[in-house]
Amino acid sequence: MQKSDFIIEVNHVSKQFEDGKFALDDVSLQIKKGEFVTILGPSGCGKTTLLRCIAGFQVATEGDILLNGEDVTTMPPHLRDVNTVFQKYALFPHLNVFDNVAFGLKLKKEDKKVIEKKVKQALKTVGMTDYEYRDVDSLSGGQQQRVAIARAIINEPEVLLLDEPLAALDLKMRKDMQMELRAMHKKLGITFIYVTHDQEEALTLSDRVVVMSEGKIQQIGTPTDVYNEPQNCFVADFIGESNILDATMVKDKMVNFCEHDFECVDKGFGEDTEVDVVVRPEDIYIGALQEGKEDNWQLQGEVHSCIFKGVHYEMTVLTDEGYELMIQDYHAFELGTKVGLLVKPEDIQVMKKERLCNTFDGEVLEDNRVRFLDEEWDIPERVAERFEVGEEVEVEVDFNRVNLQDDEEDGVLCGEVYFILYKGDHYHLTVRTDDGDDIFVDTNDVWDDGDRVGIRIAPSYIRLYKKSQEQGTKNQD
Amino acid sequence: MVFQSRSTWAWPYALFMLCLVILPLVLIGVYAFTDADGSFTIQNFVSFFTKSEAINTFIYSLAIALITTIICLLLGYPAAYIMAMADFKTPQVMAMLFILPMWINFLLRTIATVELFRMFGLPLGEGALLFGMVYDFLPFMIYPIYNTLQKMDTSLIEAAHDLGAKRHQVFLKVTLPLSVPGIYSGIVMVFMPTVSTFAIAELLTHNKVTLFGSLIQRCFGEGGIAMWNYGAALSLIMLIIIGLTSFFGGDKEDINR
Repeated sequence: MQKSDFIIEVNHVSKQFEDGKFALDDVSLQIKKGEFVTILGPSGCGKTTLLRCIAGFQVATEGDILLNGEDVTTMPPHLRDVNTVFQKYALFPHLNVFDNVAFGLKLKKEDKKVIEKKVKQALKTVGMTDYEYRDVDSLSGGQQQRVAIARAIINEPEVLLLDEPLAALDLKMRKDMQMELRAMHKKLGITFIYVTHDQEEALTLSDRVVVMSEGKIQQIGTPTDVYNEPQNCFVADFIGESNILDATMVKDKMVNFCEHDFECVDKGFGEDTEVDVVVRPEDIYIGALQEGKEDNWQLQGEVHSCIFKGVHYEMTVLTDEGYELMIQDYHAFELGTKVGLLVKPEDIQVMKKERLCNTFDGEVLEDNRVRFLDEEWDIPERVAERFEVGEEVEVEVDFNRVNLQDDEEDGVLCGEVYFILYKGDHYHLTVRTDDGDDIFVDTNDVWDDGDRVGIRIAPSYIRLYKKSQEQGTKNQD
Repeated sequence: MVFQSRSTWAWPYALFMLCLVILPLVLIGVYAFTDADGSFTIQNFVSFFTKSEAINTFIYSLAIALITTIICLLLGYPAAYIMAMADFKTPQVMAMLFILPMWINFLLRTIATVELFRMFGLPLGEGALLFGMVYDFLPFMIYPIYNTLQKMDTSLIEAAHDLGAKRHQVFLKVTLPLSVPGIYSGIVMVFMPTVSTFAIAELLTHNKVTLFGSLIQRCFGEGGIAMWNYGAALSLIMLIIIGLTSFFGGDKEDINR
């Protein structure tokens, strides 16, 4: 049988921890030989867990991992042909630089002369010649990092795993090391799997970027793909600066947002479909508004803030319709200036909405109540009487009908603000309940990440549907 | 002004050390090198090195201390390792159980041990002495080793695995060398008190076995003032031995750093 084209295949891997939480949730990923792949995501998104499953430090609860076509899911790390560069280097403090680098070869009982030659070669690759007999503690962070890389590549692994290797370095050093890592990757010709939370690093280094969140892969693509064509709000928000707005696809190649129709290049979403659009701040053209020439611009507004960012100015413009947009331009516009804005069709990225409203599984109870999210909620009598007590129903609540309270006591249910997305004229929040369920909320109020809130829903905004017929029988109104 | 007031805080401690540490040491030195009349002599040392009984007791005490230390190390290391490495939800509980006996005065524990031996009809003597000492000092070996192992960066172990080391290789090449400071502290903490112990020996052997500590104690206790000079000389010799152990041990720790 012919060997697989992929050096690493991750097939439907899930990892559940003892406390029941999923660190990885059905992750699949194929990596080609010699590729530089970056796994990018915020802390706690499962990226390190995925790397550790590939390295063998953790065993996936479900799914399998193939290395060169061979199933290595449960193989211990010392038998795998992969090596790891650890986040905090993990150099052996009781050994000097030479012995650290030689560690793997000495285990293989290689000839002394071979070891010496290979160690010298590896140290040369990472630019650490003449440091052989130094104490590892006497080295700077960058130097320790190089030794850690030398130690990992000396066994000539097929895959090198790097777990946030530059996180502990300062900015200048990090930039230098990024370039060197790229060069090393070219020179060695082996596969690099690189984990980071730094989106710029991911875009700079990799052939392909894997964006992860909540244990799931959000998007896989080249750096330009994930930047220019994010597949969902999370990716758009996480990578680079962006304006994310609620929009309606009027028809193919025509999208409406900020109460204006814009030409775009996307199609196939259907007509009058609710979507999200992403416009990068550098893709909005801005100019002073001259009287009589208002029609040259698609949107008009007023400059609300202007901050010098070094290369460009970052401005927020409040459009006449009340939407706040972030714009980057080489020219500064003073506060209060009336400006016009233009967006090119190809700079509008249209994304399918992941959900249009909150949906939960529920059960109708006595006394005009319904149970969902492990709580009992009041519903209007006229809704309740259409269902039998004990009947399982589908519950829907619009984003903007969920009411958040400062005081947890005031809510039927308590939760924590988990993720905040600014959508130009309102915030789209993800609130995670104490039981780990997510409720999505549209609000004009400003909340912070991690705020504890009480959740309330007015009875009339709770819609119930019969389980069997998912659509059609609307019981409210 | 501030500095002055701060340095005055140190005065009570300085006084304490002068009276209770330095002065006694000087007195031991003075007594060791004088005779009962107070004139200089090295007779005290000469009689130690010429009296085979004293020398033998000394060597015997060292041997007992050494054996105790070795047994403690052999029993204590695995215990500390298991505690530090195992995935216990609460390793502290286990550590606590090992430390718990230390809450009780060691004399009481020793007397209880004597009673246990008597209850089971076991003879008191050398075996009982070793058992008692190991029982008394084992926590002092476990705790420092557990501490170093527990603080060890687990990614070092993963790195060793990752580079191709099997379990036993990881232990021999990484875990063990990195736990040397803990082993050393354990050895010092067990060896030092066991080499000078006397109460445990008296209780657990019914005075059948004489240790160096007992010898010194007898010089001061039963010997009367005439024996003080000889006792001081013996104390000085023991101090030097203990000092040497920590000195050589200290060197070792530096190398490992």
